[in-house]
Amino acid sequence: MEEVTQELESKEYFINMGPQHPSTHGVLRLVLSLDGEIIKKVEPHLGYIHRSIEKMCEHDSYQQIVHLTDRMDYLSCHINNEAVCLAVEQALQLEVPDRVKVIRTIIDELTRLSSHQLWWGVMGMDLGAITTFLYGFRDREIITDIFEETCGARLTMNYNIPGGLFFDIHPNFQKRTKDFITYFRKKLPEYDTLLTNNVIFMQRMKGIGKLSKEDAISYGVTGPTGRASGFSCDVRKQHPYMAYDKVNFKEVLGTEGDCLARYKCRIAEMWESMSIIEQLIDNIPEGPVKVPTKAVIKLPKGEWYQKVETARGEFGVYIISEGQRSPYRLKFRSPGFSNLSALDHMARGCKIADLVAIMSTLDLVIPDIDR
Amino acid sequence: MNWLYDFSYLTGGIHNSLSEHFEPSTVTLIEMILAGVAFMILFAILGLVLVYAERKVSAFFQQRLGPMRVGKWGTAQTLADVIKLLMKEPLMNKNADSFLFNLAPYIIMIAAFMAMAALPFAKGLHALDFDIGILYVSAVSSLGVIGILLAGWSSDNKYSLIGAMRSGAQIISYELSVGLSLLTIVVLTGSLQFSTIIESQANGWWIFKGHISAVIAFIIFLIASTAETNRGPFDLAEAESELTAGFHTEYSGLKFAFFFLAEFANMFIVSAIGATVFLGGWMPFHIGGWVGFNNIMDYIPPIFWFFGKVSFIIFLMMWFRWTFPRLRIDQLLTLEWKYLLPVNLMNILIMAFLALMGWHF
Repeated sequence: MEEVTQELESKEYFINMGPQHPSTHGVLRLVLSLDGEIIKKVEPHLGYIHRSIEKMCEHDSYQQIVHLTDRMDYLSCHINNEAVCLAVEQALQLEVPDRVKVIRTIIDELTRLSSHQLWWGVMGMDLGAITTFLYGFRDREIITDIFEETCGARLTMNYNIPGGLFFDIHPNFQKRTKDFITYFRKKLPEYDTLLTNNVIFMQRMKGIGKLSKEDAISYGVTGPTGRASGFSCDVRKQHPYMAYDKVNFKEVLGTEGDCLARYKCRIAEMWESMSIIEQLIDNIPEGPVKVPTKAVIKLPKGEWYQKVETARGEFGVYIISEGQRSPYRLKFRSPGFSNLSALDHMARGCKIADLVAIMSTLDLVIPDIDR
Repeated sequence: MNWLYDFSYLTGGIHNSLSEHFEPSTVTLIEMILAGVAFMILFAILGLVLVYAERKVSAFFQQRLGPMRVGKWGTAQTLADVIKLLMKEPLMNKNADSFLFNLAPYIIMIAAFMAMAALPFAKGLHALDFDIGILYVSAVSSLGVIGILLAGWSSDNKYSLIGAMRSGAQIISYELSVGLSLLTIVVLTGSLQFSTIIESQANGWWIFKGHISAVIAFIIFLIASTAETNRGPFDLAEAESELTAGFHTEYSGLKFAFFFLAEFANMFIVSAIGATVFLGGWMPFHIGGWVGFNNIMDYIPPIFWFFGKVSFIIFLMMWFRWTFPRLRIDQLLTLEWKYLLPVNLMNILIMAFLALMGWHF
């Protein structure tokens, strides 16, 4: 008799979410401990897309390292490129021309916009509203077209080089960017009508996956995910680089720290990005677009750290140089890795459907986590 | 052209000519086979048309063109897909329960077939006209959940199992709302027979005649029937982004096609029931007193009225699917047990009161 009751007791069971799963957005493997539909534990397993980029950097020249960073967070590749360039420029004590600063900032913000558009589309798809995906892509396409015209690539741009830019912007760049901003100012409210104000969406988002400010700081969560919890961590504000000290923009801060706050934080960031671009697009100073550097860049002996704000959070590059053409050691601090570490804390006690919602508000890019 | 307006000319003609040559029992047998073949053909055509419609509707909602390459405007795309599915290898997990695994798609298909047999397509085009028609259809269409449960249970996949369990909870709950919202109209008609229900709407459809109660019942019916057919925003059993494909993750080839077809067939069935009970079935649109207008409406054959109304409801269901995010399982059950069911019960009481006082039109 006792045996029967023991068999009927509900037991925890494991489920492998990934490495092939539509909503892990890549080859992330989550081992879930479940009790029915309720999540007891989430254990991320990495290594499925490890390419040892940091080790490769120890054998590459500094110009080549820039290209490798594209392959990490491919949605904010321009900003990643910039981090390496800024670190090298800092080491060489190069002052880039004002024109470079402004162009870099504009393209940074365009990259952020396109990344957030993609995030919005994919987030809707994770929640079952497949239509949002196509709407997000419709608008993102315009930005990638602008990139294609300016630097020849749509996704992995490689527009930055240590000392400036590969070449000058295309003559159409300013006009097309302005056209896009006017267009997108009209289209962004459409995102709200389609998804944000939906009752089902609100129910799925509100109060799910809460992350307090203290936890956000202790897990090192940055970017819109951290700011939604009230953690002021915008590198553009705290340690301005390029032209960010010349523009007026608000650091979007949330208080709730739940999925809805993260969602709203990103939508508000899109508005801020548009206003930054508008402030700069008409005021691109004339001048050269690069400072000539030697063909083989050798950094002096020493250590440098440069951080930038990507679409996902704080991205850092730490270079240790022994005076050679390649760094002695190079370390990337990727925002996705720290953000993912908070997933277990946020998802405990939620349902499987909530885990999907939390993951998409974290906006994970797996190659960024698993370098 | 008389047969287009009243199919009893056609069916009666077939019956009479058969009776001249055969015994009555043989006639019944032949007629059953004929009806069976007709339903199979209808089933296949429905599958082709609805899959194409869904792809096009979703495409237009998403600002794209949808299938365009195979045939004119991609009309032969579904056919190409069918050929692809036929040629796929049927795969099965090593530890799957092969008997139940193979049985599950057939149960779903059979349930859809049985429900379809009782639908009134046009005047005189009605295979089974029970006096308990509505009861029969809702009983038979809920058999499909057994197929889903078996599919999830036997395919040796935890995702499938979760999907099947979700679907069990969901379909059994929403079955109540579908039944009760139909009962709201049954209170008015006083009959469960489809033909009687349609006849009672000759001078106006119940959704117009039944005051606000009928409208509420229709809305509840729409929500609940969308949930019952496992379509978005209630597609929790499939939940592509959560459970990869839920109960039919492990199915491939023709067996997957069966699940796919059954989904569309079920969508057609619930839309047909909704059209029959709330929107007058094959009855043309009539406004009391407007003789000229009513005569023009009568020119449109009943079968077009029926399929027109069904397509309208199917379009509504596709609209839901392509615009709403998915609910969570607990929210889904909350919606049913805390909102739809109490509202429904109150609605029936109000409707019974209205019918008792004779306040409906």
